[in-house]
Amino acid sequence: MVSFLRFLINGISLGSVYAIIALGYTMVYGIAKMLNFAHGDVIMVGAYIAYCSMQYLGMPAIVSVLAAMLVCTAMGIIIEGLAYRPLRSAPKLAVLITAIGVSYFLQNSALLIWSSNPKVFPSVFDVGAFRAFGGELMITSETILTIVANIVIMIALTTFTGKTKVGKAMRAVSEDRGAAQLMGINVNRTISITFAIGSALAAIAGVLLCSAYPTLQPTTGSMPGIKAFTAAVFGGIGSIPGAMIGGLMLGVIEILGKAYISTELGDAIVFAVLIIVLLFKPAGLLGKPVNEKV
Amino acid sequence: MQNSMQESAHSLLKVQDIHVYYGSIHAIKGISFEVNEHEIVTLIGANGAGKSTTLNTISGLLKPRSGSIFFENEPIVGVSADKIVYRGLAMCPEGRRIFLNMTVEENLEMGGYTRPKEEIPASIEDVYQRFPRLKERYHQIAGTLSGGEQQMLAMGRALMSKPKLLMLDEPSMGLAPILVEQIFDIIQELHAGGATILLVEQNAQMALSIASRAYVLETGRIVMSGDAKEVLESDEVKKAYLGK
Repeated sequence: MVSFLRFLINGISLGSVYAIIALGYTMVYGIAKMLNFAHGDVIMVGAYIAYCSMQYLGMPAIVSVLAAMLVCTAMGIIIEGLAYRPLRSAPKLAVLITAIGVSYFLQNSALLIWSSNPKVFPSVFDVGAFRAFGGELMITSETILTIVANIVIMIALTTFTGKTKVGKAMRAVSEDRGAAQLMGINVNRTISITFAIGSALAAIAGVLLCSAYPTLQPTTGSMPGIKAFTAAVFGGIGSIPGAMIGGLMLGVIEILGKAYISTELGDAIVFAVLIIVLLFKPAGLLGKPVNEKV
Repeated sequence: MQNSMQESAHSLLKVQDIHVYYGSIHAIKGISFEVNEHEIVTLIGANGAGKSTTLNTISGLLKPRSGSIFFENEPIVGVSADKIVYRGLAMCPEGRRIFLNMTVEENLEMGGYTRPKEEIPASIEDVYQRFPRLKERYHQIAGTLSGGEQQMLAMGRALMSKPKLLMLDEPSMGLAPILVEQIFDIIQELHAGGATILLVEQNAQMALSIASRAYVLETGRIVMSGDAKEVLESDEVKKAYLGK
């Protein structure tokens, strides 16, 4: 029972990281209608920036996280402006291939700058661990931090899109880009802001991910990126609460699957569950079926 | 204002020989017309005549390959759609295109996107006075409104920007006859309140009965223009659009 609780909490923690990454995927998809496959690699860059800031500059963790967010935000805006904006009216496939190209570009740039030797990521938030059941159940401070960060981000994003003018404009653009323009909303700027937010979240996710799994190398972002994309699809791509639920469920399924069924098949189980969900709910758990205009 | 055609000083919108293409399809083949202040001008024509294309070009969603468009004597070809709204041109698009997943009030807020925040509540109140049904449903998700209510919301949303020129694309589309009359009453009220309106309609009879001037479009060209009453009485229009 205690071990189940431990797995569950670890699952929620990993799921929280997936959820934060998935939010970036889902927001960009919802507003720009594109799959930004470079998103996973922005996570990796964020983690490297935080790493360098802590290791080489000796900055405290919080400053390093902020630096990573700043760099990733700028990078998100630049990637969008240089790689995706010129393709705004191009076929979707061209944008998708460009995104894959950006992904490789980031990975190889990281390889060039930081080499392929894995770096050991330092702990960002070590105030000891929380223990229960006579020390049998141990929850690290990173786990708690990850879950709390996830909740805070969720509340902040919901408030932002529900209450602020820019947030509402984002929802308007995601529903109908042309109609949003007719309201006077600058679509390019709105998409830019979306990329900025998504990339800042990716930086946070990168730091949280590397705090839990402290090996950092240029490919670190790929697998979590793909899983978070899966989580976004699972929850219903384009939906913010969907990304949250999808991420959490994916994390829990992965950890429980690895613990109770098979360590090797953990990832396979995750994707099997995705396929089953999509068979019954093709738009994902919270996704709305697309209304084709007839 | 007796002879509005010659009063170029009051010309609000002037479209000069625009050509619009969809890929290789030549959709608009040199259309010229103008809208003067306080007029209701209507563009009528069959499906595919190019009415909506014309409005989408004026609003900046489409770019003409050649020709020019002047709004208050300023050229607006090449200005992006969102910037054109700031100049006082609002469009209520075909098929309404309200934000279905947002509430009635949020839709109106988006309509007032170009305006200072502190003026929004008063403008929303104005829209509610004109469309009391919207007030009853202000917190409802727009997608749950009936067709007529959605049209009212679309018009209210366009009015939120306090436009100098309001372009309405097929406001009667898909509505029951009683609602069509209601919508046309509202257009007339807006006009009486000083608004300038460019109205695109397939319901030629209704449009011509409230408009001051009309242009008849056929496959991307203007084939007839003039006083709305004259157009309504002309044999060609009667035959082609009114089935008489």
